[in-house]
Amino acid sequence: MTAKNVRQIVLDIIADIAPDESVDSIDDSKSLREQLDLDSMDFLDIVMELRKRHKVEVPQEDYPKLATLESCVAYLSPKFA
Amino acid sequence: MNYDAIVIGAGMSGLAAGIRLAMFDKKVVVLEKHSIPGGLNSYYQRKNRQFDVGLHALTNFIKKGEKGKPFSKLLKQLRLSYDDFKLHPQTFSKIQFPETTLKFSNEFELLETEVREKFPQDFENFLRLVEKVKDFNELSLDIGYSSSREVLKKNLNDELLIEMILCPLLIYGSAWEEDMDFAQFVIMFKSLYFEGFSRPEGGVRTILSLLMKKFEDAGGEIRFRTPVQEILVENNEVVGIRTDKEELRAKIVLSSMGYPETVKATPALAEKISPRSGHMTFLESIFVFDKKLPEQSTITFYNNASTYSYRRAQNFFDPTSAVVCYPDNYEGIQEGEGTVRITYMANYPQWKELSREAYLGMKTKVGESALDLIKKLNPTFNGELLFQDIFSPTTIEKYTWHQNGTVYGSTDKTRDGKTPVKNLFIIGTDQGFLGIVGSILSGISMANLHGLMQSGDA
Ligand SMILES: Cc1cc2nc3c(=O)[nH]c(=O)nc-3n(C[C@H](O)[C@H](O)[C@H](O)COP(=O)(O)OP(=O)(O)OC[C@H]3O[C@@H](n4cnc5c(N)ncnc54)[C@H](O)[C@@H]3O)c2cc1C
Repeated sequence: MTAKNVRQIVLDIIADIAPDESVDSIDDSKSLREQLDLDSMDFLDIVMELRKRHKVEVPQEDYPKLATLESCVAYLSPKFA
Repeated sequence: MNYDAIVIGAGMSGLAAGIRLAMFDKKVVVLEKHSIPGGLNSYYQRKNRQFDVGLHALTNFIKKGEKGKPFSKLLKQLRLSYDDFKLHPQTFSKIQFPETTLKFSNEFELLETEVREKFPQDFENFLRLVEKVKDFNELSLDIGYSSSREVLKKNLNDELLIEMILCPLLIYGSAWEEDMDFAQFVIMFKSLYFEGFSRPEGGVRTILSLLMKKFEDAGGEIRFRTPVQEILVENNEVVGIRTDKEELRAKIVLSSMGYPETVKATPALAEKISPRSGHMTFLESIFVFDKKLPEQSTITFYNNASTYSYRRAQNFFDPTSAVVCYPDNYEGIQEGEGTVRITYMANYPQWKELSREAYLGMKTKVGESALDLIKKLNPTFNGELLFQDIFSPTTIEKYTWHQNGTVYGSTDKTRDGKTPVKNLFIIGTDQGFLGIVGSILSGISMANLHGLMQSGDA
């Protein structure tokens, strides 16, 4: 799976868990939490949806690796390989 | 039968926890003793009229699209849309003491203006208190107890202002008598004064049918008329429950019965701890008239003394103060009959002792007192009374199985939901979050913490 696909998977999940957020103008290198109204409950949902939809596991100690879209792609890509 | 999770109780917290677990493919069953959902905020029908047990007001009002608030978190976590609730905002509410009245609404400026006009000497202090409330992190799980009255006394000079600010916050959210933890004060201050009140069209049924549908669509299983009689523990770890008919096994059990009630059903816990039953219970009187009442407020927090006494009533019920709710006084409600709901603080042990006859006699007294109050607050009203119903602390106990008929639960809360038995968790009122929005958020956060985050391989 390409980095672009992984990026889209994360964006699709965010769009579903936070339907009022616009995901079009996200800066990939900046913290998601600061750009969107996401709290720790929402990050849990990103993790839960990754497991539910794609059988990808993110252990709790790795949650910080989901901080930016860039870091999401870097961390998740090997898991989708 | 083996489940990932058993949830005891189909009240607000149990349904919310069930939804979160079912959403992420946990095998979950909700067991409810009653024949319908809702618990402390259920519904009933009398003489072809529909009533809510509790709902005066949904706290934590937000406008559509507002973010980062408790209600918006609830919507996101349960994947519900704002429009589903069909919220009607309050007109305004008021805190009415003999000396003066303070109005508040869903716009905080109204309360500010009122305090400036009526307590000019304390206005600057009040603004500082508001800043303190804004900056306080009430959700941190490791803050110790501090008395709200003490904090208020340090910040405000006028005793009357202190009493008036505390009155709605205590009666809408304190398991403790006379005072509340400052963290709880902050939660209540934000949910009532910063955010405010609304009412979903259709009342509590609207909320419950949204929750029920979500739960069923997510694949959750629910059983009514299924009392849990014992919570089963082996080697200090929960293994399941026993109903009147069978045993069900599960990895975790989330109980919304209340802390003392859960302990009572768990012999292994009863050896270890004995959380206290709270004292705060209420009498609710509902009156329907043939036309709307002149009063414009949604809720009047009425107190006929300079100080506000929030405690178990000394003599069956305490008519000195009351919450008076006019459920028709929400924006956009059609003109029709006029309903008034009056809540008094009550005394459970005294009601429990009454013979059938004395019980009915006492209810009549409550009704007369409440009608007098309606008359006093609406002196020109000449509507005809069509219907009245009163329910007592023993009614509450009978339908929700909360000891003492408590509405705000135990005075011993378990903020992280944990009990001394592994994988047995408390959700809802006795986890510490009260009211409809509070208990839903409790169910969500406990399911997240103990059902989703911890069990990666479940
Ligand atoms: C008169 C009144 C007015 C209120 N007004 C408001 C208001 O205006 N606004 C507001 O936000 N809140 C209001 N509340 C408070 C609100 O209703 C509660 O805080 C909230 O509903 C608590 O939800 P819960 O899930 O914690 O507990 P509960 O609703 O008590 O749920 C517990 C459930 O467990 C079930 N149960 C108990 N024992 C067993 C067993 N052994 N086996 C199986 N099931 C069992 C019970 O039947 C119940 O359904 C009011 C309450 C009352 C009584």
